[in-house]
Amino acid sequence: MSPFTEARMHLAVELTAAGRHPAAARWARLDPAVLLSAPHHAGLVRTAARRGLDLALFPHTFHPDGGPLLDAVALAARLAPVVPGIGIAPTATVTHTEPFHVSKSIATLDIVSSGRAGWEPAVSRTQAEADLFGRKPAAAPAQLWREAADAIEVVVRLWDSWEDDAVIRDVATGRYVDRDKLHPIDFEGEFFSVKGPSITPRPPQGHPLVVLRADEEEALPVAARWADVVRISAPDLADAAHARDRIRGVVAAAGRDPDEITVLLDVEVHLAADRARARRDLAELDALSGAALPASSVRVLGPPTDLADLIGTAVSTRAADGVTLVPLALPPTSTSWPTRSSRCSPGAGCCAPAGQAVRCAPGSGCAVRSTTTRQG
Amino acid sequence: MSATKQIHLGAHFPGVNNTTVWSDPAAGSQTDFASFVHFAQNAERGLMDFVFLAEGLRLREHRGRIHDLDVVGRPDTFTVLAALAAVTSRVGLAGTINTTYNEPYELASQFASLDHLSAGRAAWNMVTTSDAFTGENFRRGGFLPREQRYERAAEVVAVTRALWDSNGAEVEHHGPHFDVRGTFPLSPSPQGHPVLIQAGDSAQGRDFAAATADAIFTLHGTLEAGQAFYADVKGRLPQHGRSADDLKVLPGVTFVLGDTDAEAQDEAVRIRRQQVSPQTAIAFLEQVWGRELSEYDPDGPLPDVEPDVDNVSITRGRVRHARDPRAVAQEWRDFAAAHGGLSIREVVIEKTGRQSFIGSARTVAARMDEFVQRDACDGFILVPHLTPGGLDRFVAEVVPELQDRGSYRTEYPGPTLRDHLGLRHPHAPLTRKESA
Repeated sequence: MSPFTEARMHLAVELTAAGRHPAAARWARLDPAVLLSAPHHAGLVRTAARRGLDLALFPHTFHPDGGPLLDAVALAARLAPVVPGIGIAPTATVTHTEPFHVSKSIATLDIVSSGRAGWEPAVSRTQAEADLFGRKPAAAPAQLWREAADAIEVVVRLWDSWEDDAVIRDVATGRYVDRDKLHPIDFEGEFFSVKGPSITPRPPQGHPLVVLRADEEEALPVAARWADVVRISAPDLADAAHARDRIRGVVAAAGRDPDEITVLLDVEVHLAADRARARRDLAELDALSGAALPASSVRVLGPPTDLADLIGTAVSTRAADGVTLVPLALPPTSTSWPTRSSRCSPGAGCCAPAGQAVRCAPGSGCAVRSTTTRQG
Repeated sequence: MSATKQIHLGAHFPGVNNTTVWSDPAAGSQTDFASFVHFAQNAERGLMDFVFLAEGLRLREHRGRIHDLDVVGRPDTFTVLAALAAVTSRVGLAGTINTTYNEPYELASQFASLDHLSAGRAAWNMVTTSDAFTGENFRRGGFLPREQRYERAAEVVAVTRALWDSNGAEVEHHGPHFDVRGTFPLSPSPQGHPVLIQAGDSAQGRDFAAATADAIFTLHGTLEAGQAFYADVKGRLPQHGRSADDLKVLPGVTFVLGDTDAEAQDEAVRIRRQQVSPQTAIAFLEQVWGRELSEYDPDGPLPDVEPDVDNVSITRGRVRHARDPRAVAQEWRDFAAAHGGLSIREVVIEKTGRQSFIGSARTVAARMDEFVQRDACDGFILVPHLTPGGLDRFVAEVVPELQDRGSYRTEYPGPTLRDHLGLRHPHAPLTRKESA
């Protein structure tokens, strides 16, 4: 059966402090201190949750030139307890970091969010990033994604290294855990080896969602094997449809059911009362930064109805299973995001792969909970 | 300002050794976020300086298998602290993060982020490890020579502080352990530098603390031993251009409360029996003897066989005492004989489990105050035996007693952890008194 029904449309939002446009903070006259404050970020996620979005994505990079600043896992953990309902997925890069630390930090994000965590693994490409660590030079995409595949495998296997019922607290025998239910992973790969088991018990979802960008060729096999949610960018819906077909193809070739994954198209968005106003805003933003920001994907500059139309077309033409809103500038646009309550009825599948039960109440986002049991 | 020296209190979330009693009916989850919330909010209710989370990077093993008698596993320290910032507003958020298996740029980013997201409440308990056992979970793997542990830690501090202070300027560092070049994207955080805690009593550790740390997490002993330690570390500060107020001495302590002193003593005995189950008694014995002793009856006498001194690494993944096992075994035998033939479990209980402060709230408050006023320490890191309610009675009963004595705050002095601990902002000049 086709997964394409209105009810299976998914909405995510990529949240940065002020928006993707490099001049967004100045344009909105945001105090630089506000960009680093928890209440500001909590307000943004609350707005997204209130609109019933499935998932908030928190990008992160070590690249020192601009870009998101705060550690994304810390930010997500700071927000999870105060914003219920919405899924929360920070980026944690895997090129210069330790898979053991990443695994337990995402597992713990799942614990503090009561099972709403996701993770977007990303690679660090530049020599500037490599110089911050001084351990190895920058590498080509093929090597970066081979290493990323190993890192994801280690992270996921560490999540599984504790069986769900390992903690027994058996007073009679004095045993806190059944150690036969804790398993070393004994991973040995091209780039590192990790013994395991994890220090952190298995997270509530078992596997927090894995979100992966699959824009470049070398990332495709990694997404095929590991992704629950695949992010794509495309200049138009026809290209997006082509990319989605390709991803579903490689997923099937990897032995997985393509309907288990959700392909989300990035949509750069700046909403205003009308198109002219939105274009004027962007012109102001570009003028502030001194250069026109090239579109990284489909772009909507206009009233909310334009965005709703685009999303509707994207889904009905099978160009994507939903979209990731990428606001160009916050917060002026955040109050006018489309709500999803009309499209996501209670009990309908939202942003979750098969095997995960989703409860989605209008206006309150979707609680994702694993119904899968540990395998192997 | 009161003439009475003010007591600082940290609250250590119950950890993964046998101090934590998981078998008690009142013991809750060691993993659920609700346990951390309860604990931290109660510490804040008690106006404590900080909550403290320890860290482990490899599950402990005993006789080649995962040690299963104590609490095993815990959530990630750093991530829990960030989440606790959401449900508390004043209490400091301190965590142990290892310098051997982390890189300074990422550490700088994480702690600056935590300090921003908590509005100035972050603290880092810096520990070092040299063991290859832990290294098996990490890229760098292998082994850091013991003598290089503090050298690496000092370099980590130097690099992270340079990044925190950089304010957009490029930082370039080249040293024996790290080559770091680039800019740091975060503006200085509310505390400038998150509070730095040092744990470790060795001469090397004391020097490192005197040169670098804002607080030292030390062992608790007698009043006299505390005074000697206190004088020693405070005496090391001037040579680093620092004043006595710049480093707080905070021993880790356990406590048992009762309505009367006698009732508390009975309760302390009951808790010690919980902490040393029959199986735990044998495991302790095996640690000292370096051999399998599972056939011995925990309620029977100590083994006649001698310790296997070549097998000292029977337990891995925890700090070991470096004493000669044969001397320990003989001491235990002499102790058992001198007390009318104690059993294995009784000896282990007596030799390992005694709590630091036992008594009514008034007695405990008076004794703790004495340690502080007589310069054996500047306060304590409380290590309760129960999750999550182990602090509740202390907050309800001992805190008011300390306040009545005039040696404990009745409100937080400021918004940041540096304010609570009476520490200067790292870029503030020495005060008149200090520079005199």
